[in-house]
Amino acid sequence: MRFGVVVFPGSNCDHDAWYAISRNLGCPAEFIWHQSQSLGNVDAVILPGGFSYGDYLRCGAIAKFSPVMAAVRRFAADGGLVLGICNGFQILAESGLLPGALIRNRGLKFICRQVELETVTANSPFTCLASKGQTLRMPIAHGEGCYYADERTLDELEAEDRVVFRYRDNPNGSLRDIAGILNRERNVMGLMPHPERATEPLMGSSDGLLVFRSMAAAFAVR
Amino acid sequence: MKARIYVSLKPTVLDPQGQTIRSALTSLGFAGVAEVRQGKFFEIELDGLVRTEAERQLEQIAQDVLANPVIEEYRVEILD
Repeated sequence: MRFGVVVFPGSNCDHDAWYAISRNLGCPAEFIWHQSQSLGNVDAVILPGGFSYGDYLRCGAIAKFSPVMAAVRRFAADGGLVLGICNGFQILAESGLLPGALIRNRGLKFICRQVELETVTANSPFTCLASKGQTLRMPIAHGEGCYYADERTLDELEAEDRVVFRYRDNPNGSLRDIAGILNRERNVMGLMPHPERATEPLMGSSDGLLVFRSMAAAFAVR
Repeated sequence: MKARIYVSLKPTVLDPQGQTIRSALTSLGFAGVAEVRQGKFFEIELDGLVRTEAERQLEQIAQDVLANPVIEEYRVEILD
């Protein structure tokens, strides 16, 4: 299985994602420049964390207009696996590939620390190797990570089992403790925590590897 | 032609910056400040467009780029 990691100007977790996939998952990974019109022959795409285009205007607001995002939209519409981490989640929300928005943390501060997540559903290609209710430890590092959506959207996400992760101890004011969600077709996931920064014991947790292993397992059986 | 586009959070969206400013104003001794909502505005100058086209373009700029309709609302004001 081949992974593509999109690189926007201002991405800063692109190499972390590349390292996690190629070294700790053991799958080939390549970088895809934001001006690319095509994703090549990758089987899954990662939109990494960082500050795409400086996060000017709003986080992810400029990135959604980049040429590569048109290719990501087509890839997602064809059922390809798309994982947006942190800034990548913000870009997916801005692009309308995922509902809602990520706004300023309730406490206003940038928060960088390890958190505990509840795996809310194992019915997704990103968590199929986890068990429902399983606690995963991985870091967050964001200033705009407070998940917001209107009540109707939140009810819909819950009714359709599309909330993938919740914070055990909500650090940023996210509505209904939401840390990660799926699109309706379940092939696009966005999450604020960083699974790629929790893929070997030296990083303080290897729990994030479960997300990437799940993607590989889901891809293998389709 | 000059215009301003005002972008602010919808009333239903929590504005922690506005809340912090409100409590700062209160602790500075400004009595009776019940609420502060923070927003932003963009000054835009347009050249060589007829007014109707300029208005159409400003609306599109506000809707597609400057505001995120999920969390924000906007108002376009033509200055001259």
